[in-house]
Amino acid sequence: MSTGALPGTASVGLSRGQAELRMFFRAKEAVIFTFAFPAFLLVLLGSIFTKADPGLTVPMSQVFAASMIAYGILSTAFLTTGVGIAIDREDGTLKRLRGTPVTAGAYFVGKIVLVAVATLAEVVLLLAVGVLLFDLSLPTDPARWLTLAWLLVLSVLSCTLLGIAASSVAKSGKSAPAVLNLPVIALQFISGIFVHISVLPGPMVTVASFFPVKWMGQGFRSVFLPDSMMVGEVAGSWEHGMTALVLGAWCVIGLVLCLLTFRWSERQAG
Amino acid sequence: MNAIEVRGLRKDYGANTAVAGIDLHVAQGEVFALLGPNGAGKTTTVEILEGHRHRTSGEATVLGEDPGKAGRHWRSRIGIVLQTATDSAELTVAETVKHYAGYYPNPRSVTDVIDVCGLTEKAGARIRSLSGGQRRRVDVALGIVGNPELLFLDEPTTGFDPQARRQFWDLVRTLAADGTTIVLTTHYLDEAEALAGRLAVIADGRIVAEGTPATLGGRETAQATVTWTDDTGPHELRTDDPVAAVAALAGQNIGGLRVHQPTLEDVYLDLIGAAA
Ligand SMILES: Nc1ncnc2c1ncn2[C@@H]1O[C@H](COP(=O)(O)OP(=O)(O)OP(=O)(O)O)[C@@H](O)[C@H]1O
Ligand SMILES: [Mg+2]
Repeated sequence: MSTGALPGTASVGLSRGQAELRMFFRAKEAVIFTFAFPAFLLVLLGSIFTKADPGLTVPMSQVFAASMIAYGILSTAFLTTGVGIAIDREDGTLKRLRGTPVTAGAYFVGKIVLVAVATLAEVVLLLAVGVLLFDLSLPTDPARWLTLAWLLVLSVLSCTLLGIAASSVAKSGKSAPAVLNLPVIALQFISGIFVHISVLPGPMVTVASFFPVKWMGQGFRSVFLPDSMMVGEVAGSWEHGMTALVLGAWCVIGLVLCLLTFRWSERQAG
Repeated sequence: MNAIEVRGLRKDYGANTAVAGIDLHVAQGEVFALLGPNGAGKTTTVEILEGHRHRTSGEATVLGEDPGKAGRHWRSRIGIVLQTATDSAELTVAETVKHYAGYYPNPRSVTDVIDVCGLTEKAGARIRSLSGGQRRRVDVALGIVGNPELLFLDEPTTGFDPQARRQFWDLVRTLAADGTTIVLTTHYLDEAEALAGRLAVIADGRIVAEGTPATLGGRETAQATVTWTDDTGPHELRTDDPVAAVAALAGQNIGGLRVHQPTLEDVYLDLIGAAA
């Protein structure tokens, strides 16, 4: 009966990606609360803090516009995968897939396609808000776009892997958004995304330096703000080398956590 | 070779024993039904055979492999309809069936599958918008789209209207005629009787009877009951030879003559009652 070859992981993964994208953008709550939320916050924060801080040349609204990309990626990569997998586990998607010849790899390729497309759309949306409402100017120097490219890759990869690992922490699909939002919101505050990093207490920044969000925010500021803004950073410089190192390390940690924790099914004796 | 061979299968959930050592075998091309009350261990047994749960002890061979260790190729040869599922709510029926077809080396035609599952009218509808019975038909469609050699159906017709159930029976018969081995659990005895070549009754994790629908629990040799009413009132006679009993009544002035052979349901309820 079954003489044909099993479809490959790559092609099944791409087809899963297409299905994941359809499901994501058709679920209105997810689009509104996960996807549009960072832009909504940017509009609010940018409209409240319009002036430049003393000693800085760029209005705070533009600083928020750059930093908020870090929050956008946390939403589309960390939250979308973490909550999405917790729901897949609860509603039987994973169990059903487990009963087919689909590989775990193909399932994850699907998630990565979803995250990549959603993140690009998110970044475009945030930049559009920044440019249209707060006069953010896009860089003309190709070197800055290159920085943006590697930052996006490392950020998306580390956040997605951590999201996959975090999906096992949530006990159910219903509790997942609440459980996963806790570290996300906390990290936004201590990493200088919702509040500028220069006003945060030293010990808080030290803690934040161990996590990816601080480095993502700093990296995106380095892409979209003039170099004169370096003085507002903790080290007084953009620290690209350190940023790559920390984000790269979190990719590795995330991968290891994924391999250790991923489960096809809900916690059960079976 | 048998499609399924099980010996001494046991499953404990902590201190609770769900399956207490069962033996069974299902021949290639057979339709085998597993009956039993809620909590008897049907789903546990079937999910162990599907590779979804680990057994505590015992041996199981499904399509020549141990389901606890079998790989992708083995999975492409089986089809599974789980007892509960609520996934892929935002995709349409056709999108979902087509997507799942892409997982298999030799899938069935998507239009065909949608048609035989009675979903043609709903092909463009989001799964979220379907009724319970229609939703269940999608589960069946996804179970058969890979053209399986062995199909597991865990209470497949729950929520079906009578017409959909008959349509589903026809589908199972067609699949069986094509040589598909089918393992079915159900609470509907008429369904088991209509479809199964052989069946087993499981209660409290043990098989209490096994046979064909006609012979289960000694049904074919069980006594018939002849009832009638005459001038002196109602009468009831249990006999091995109902034909002779009725013949003996010929020419008498009686009414309400009935001959009752035990139904599968009578036999089943006796078995379950004895086990409890
Ligand atoms: N994941 C689990 N963890 C603990 N106990 C379980 C689990 N799954 C089943 N059980 C227990 O095992 C026993 C058998 O359950 P099972 O689901 O196999 O029954 P069933 O025959 O399929 O019942 P139904 O007709 O209601 O579907 C029950 O007592 C049930 O409570
Ligand atoms: Mg069951």
